[in-house]
Amino acid sequence: MSEPIVKFQDVHKSFGDVKVLKGIDLEIKPAEKVAVIGPSGSGKTTIIRMLMTLEEPTAGDIIVGDQNLWKMEKNGNMIEANDKHLREIRGDIGMVFQHFNLFPHMTILENCMTAPIHVKKESKESARKHSIEMLEKVGLGDKLDNYPSQLSGGQKQRVAMARALVMRPKVMLFDEVTSALDPELVGEVLEVIRDIAKDGEMAMILVTHEMDFALDVADKVLFLDEGVIAEQGTASDVIEHSKNERLQSFLKRFRS
Amino acid sequence: MNGNWSWDTFSEAFPIVLEGIWITIGLTIACYLFALIFGFVWTFLRRVPFKPFNWVVTWVMEFIRSTPPLVQLFFIFYAWPMVPVVGMALDPFTSAVLGLGIHFSTYIGEVYRSGIDGVDKGQWEASTALNFSTRQKWMKIILPQAIPPTIPMLGNYLIIMFKEVPLASTIGVVGILHMANSYGAQHWAYLEPLTIVAILFLILSYPSAILIKKLEIKMNTRFDKKAVLNGSSKGAVS
Amino acid sequence: MITISAISEIFPVLMQGIKITITVLLASIVCGYLFAFIAGFCRLSNNVILRKFTGLYVEVFRGTSLIVQLFWLYYALPILFGFDLGSDFWAGVLAISLNYGAYMSEIVRGSILSVAKGQTEAATALNMSSFQRMRLVIFPQAVKMMLPEFGNYLIQMLKATSLVSLIGMTDILYYGDILRSSNLSQAPTVYLLVLVFYFILALPLIFLTRKMESISKKGVASE
Repeated sequence: MSEPIVKFQDVHKSFGDVKVLKGIDLEIKPAEKVAVIGPSGSGKTTIIRMLMTLEEPTAGDIIVGDQNLWKMEKNGNMIEANDKHLREIRGDIGMVFQHFNLFPHMTILENCMTAPIHVKKESKESARKHSIEMLEKVGLGDKLDNYPSQLSGGQKQRVAMARALVMRPKVMLFDEVTSALDPELVGEVLEVIRDIAKDGEMAMILVTHEMDFALDVADKVLFLDEGVIAEQGTASDVIEHSKNERLQSFLKRFRS
Repeated sequence: MNGNWSWDTFSEAFPIVLEGIWITIGLTIACYLFALIFGFVWTFLRRVPFKPFNWVVTWVMEFIRSTPPLVQLFFIFYAWPMVPVVGMALDPFTSAVLGLGIHFSTYIGEVYRSGIDGVDKGQWEASTALNFSTRQKWMKIILPQAIPPTIPMLGNYLIIMFKEVPLASTIGVVGILHMANSYGAQHWAYLEPLTIVAILFLILSYPSAILIKKLEIKMNTRFDKKAVLNGSSKGAVS
Repeated sequence: MITISAISEIFPVLMQGIKITITVLLASIVCGYLFAFIAGFCRLSNNVILRKFTGLYVEVFRGTSLIVQLFWLYYALPILFGFDLGSDFWAGVLAISLNYGAYMSEIVRGSILSVAKGQTEAATALNMSSFQRMRLVIFPQAVKMMLPEFGNYLIQMLKATSLVSLIGMTDILYYGDILRSSNLSQAPTVYLLVLVFYFILALPLIFLTRKMESISKKGVASE
């Protein structure tokens, strides 16, 4: 077995007085596809937001590869990570958001090209080439010069995925990427994620409410409840054969 | 002129400058009331359902808004008495009330208009459906909803008015700026009395601005749906 | 009475002041926007001292009257710099630009803050540095939000330039006042013409403002 690419070690997170996560331990291997399910407010999104460095954990360690994400060594002591340290590690991680967060002042091609050019210092030509390839892959090769406001929700979310993929992350995070979509647009987005999952060596963490999809794509499913991982295992173990009562009642609401 | 700052001059000038404060405050209130009332006139005129008339009113307002209030003051004070037939001489205070009042009424009129436009179209339709008369529609349904959200904006204009009022010293209204300038001319020391004027303005306008900010936040949470939505989306955890 | 001959007499005199009015306006616009951006960014800085100091500047200039600031600077500048700057020009331009710079810095700050939080997060997820986030993502969107208010302040600054006549600068109003004092019966024509002059200068700014408003409506993610 290969070494895990992401490790959570007793990670806690509070917002003010509210304890959202109460000790998360978690390992994700390269190329592993993990679905995180659970009731709203259980802290699912917080887990991936901490990995993306959008929230800082209150306690515990998050290890990416062989480096501690939120702490760095200085003169033999572990101190809080600075921006440079975060940037070094963050390059391996990509994220797709619930509300797309496309840059409205850029065309969809520019949305994809900007980060490779400015962050990875790719040449304009190669960034352009890769971005077009990626946009074609998500089925938007004909919309390169459109602005996000001209697209449907499903199309926007596919652009957002292309934009994240162009950066070639080792771990890709999906934060309820279909929740903000009209029901008839959910399918096209899930289809793209299935494609991406099939391709590869990339690890994926999907926070989702789509149980059938999780069953289909995920190697591992985590059920998060009241700030802890209440159940984990293969998708069919968790979703189809679990005895956990709260999980049962949770699933009942989502599976008809 | 005195080359340097002198606390003696400062303390000597302070009571003298302060004498003008009541004129400054009184003029502010008078101008403001005038603008509040005259603002309704503009709002009314703009709603007259006759296109060319509307167009003329819009451009007259634009003209008043985009030319300097100082020149408008001079026009009323110096030029109005010379205008044949309708012209008459006005004292500085009245001239200032008219000049600044008319200038700011064009802004106030816009505030009223934004308030009225802000009332949901469905409210008009609902009140028509309930068979209210035009008068009832305005008095019972539209205005009670249109006016409260504009209160913070109107409050802001009171503070803006307060800061524009010293313009009237140029036509001889003896507010604090006028007192400071005449003290300066007599003693050839302008810096201290002008600093006093600045301090007086800060003392009066800063707390009012904070008060209005608070009012605005309160109003927003009551009337602005967007603010409520924003509040609920903060710190969302799923 | 307004007659053609009166107008043809007054017009060329007022024209003499137009250069000063426009020069003061342009200098004030440039300096005003400069102060607005500097102060706006300083108020968002992590440095507490810088933030408080800029906050003080903004509150003082917003809390007092432009005409008071103008007179104050007019008398204070020679003392502050130990010598006469040699011009009322800088007193006028500094007063107008510091005053409106303070107001507009609030717009700069507010616009930057109101770019949706998701934009910063998306930029972070793409591993941009904080400078890149500001330059590539936040600022271009914030500027669009600033445009309508910036446009309105152009007209406010134009109106404010009329104050420099009070410190002896020979702008349009200054020549108007001279004409009035030499022949009081001409006053209505003189001031009406002065107003028309300012309005003609304002027209391009009015249309520019409308243009800015329409640009502003496109392509911004705000909360």
